Amino acid sequence: MSLSTLATAGGESFEAPAPADFWQPLIGDGAFALTRPMVLMALSFVIIAAVLLATTKRLSVVPANKKQFAVEALYGFVRNGVARDIIGSKEFLRYVPLLFTLFTLILVNNVFGVIPPIQYPTMSRIGFPIALTLVVFVLYHLIGMKRKGVGGYFKSLMPAGVPIFLVPVVYLLELFTYFISRPLTLAVRLFANMFAGHMLILVLFLGGEHLLLHGEGLLPAAGVVSYLFGLVMSFFELLIQVLQAYIFVLLTATYIAGSLADEH
Amino acid sequence: MGGSLNVIGYGLAAIGPAIAVGLVFAAYINGVARQPESRGMLQPIAILGFALAEALAILGFVLAFINPGGE
Repeated sequence: MSLSTLATAGGESFEAPAPADFWQPLIGDGAFALTRPMVLMALSFVIIAAVLLATTKRLSVVPANKKQFAVEALYGFVRNGVARDIIGSKEFLRYVPLLFTLFTLILVNNVFGVIPPIQYPTMSRIGFPIALTLVVFVLYHLIGMKRKGVGGYFKSLMPAGVPIFLVPVVYLLELFTYFISRPLTLAVRLFANMFAGHMLILVLFLGGEHLLLHGEGLLPAAGVVSYLFGLVMSFFELLIQVLQAYIFVLLTATYIAGSLADEH
Repeated sequence: MGGSLNVIGYGLAAIGPAIAVGLVFAAYINGVARQPESRGMLQPIAILGFALAEALAILGFVLAFINPGGE
């Protein structure tokens, strides 16, 4: 997409950041290239593993150091705040490892977007959210089918109390919700938030740089404003990034709870 | 000045979800103001409603990037 080529007087025209800027192969090219988000994903795995292992090595019942306390608070947030509240106190423990893994992985990868030397949200490449969503998609269907049987599961998709002449329409809508709209929105929400946020910061900083260096008259002042606004948006992005990790896990827990529930 | 009409379309399409998100949080604030102890219970519900309302804007965002014919 060509956002716009903002021609400032006197300077060369401004190249707005485009989706193509997010394709950053490091080694090779084409479908099998090693790209920057792949490296970041591996890096996030190493970071999470190192932090979790280091902080839980010498566990004490009463947290002796702040690090153990912080990690326990994070774990407790996912375990109590998401899993237990949504799935229910009976069977939430089985799903806590998955939810905690998803939460930390998405959180670290999202926050990569504003950490200065990295500054690339991994999830702004659609492939990564799709992979995570596939795990969730397969899981909530499988546990539903395991719990109620394949026929029973498809029967349970139908909400109770629908007038008989509306049943086909509502059932089609429910099928659409469960098999298309849920995974689609789950993956695309994460992707689009990261992508749009990063693009916004890019526009503000690149545009600010262009106005500052190539603008005439009062335009450099506008460049300074653009930089300041970019800084504000970076903090706003940080909020969005944390919120999106939370929303992904919250929705996952909701879908799991829906598959486990007896009545629709 | 060049550009894509898609983006204007997306801007218009984002009005609906924006109002929806506002309504969700207005209801949440109302609920908490009336009954502060219900905050913990309402928060996941509010975030969930926010996520669902936002889904529309997100879908529109993706559609805004679809280029007819390639340019």
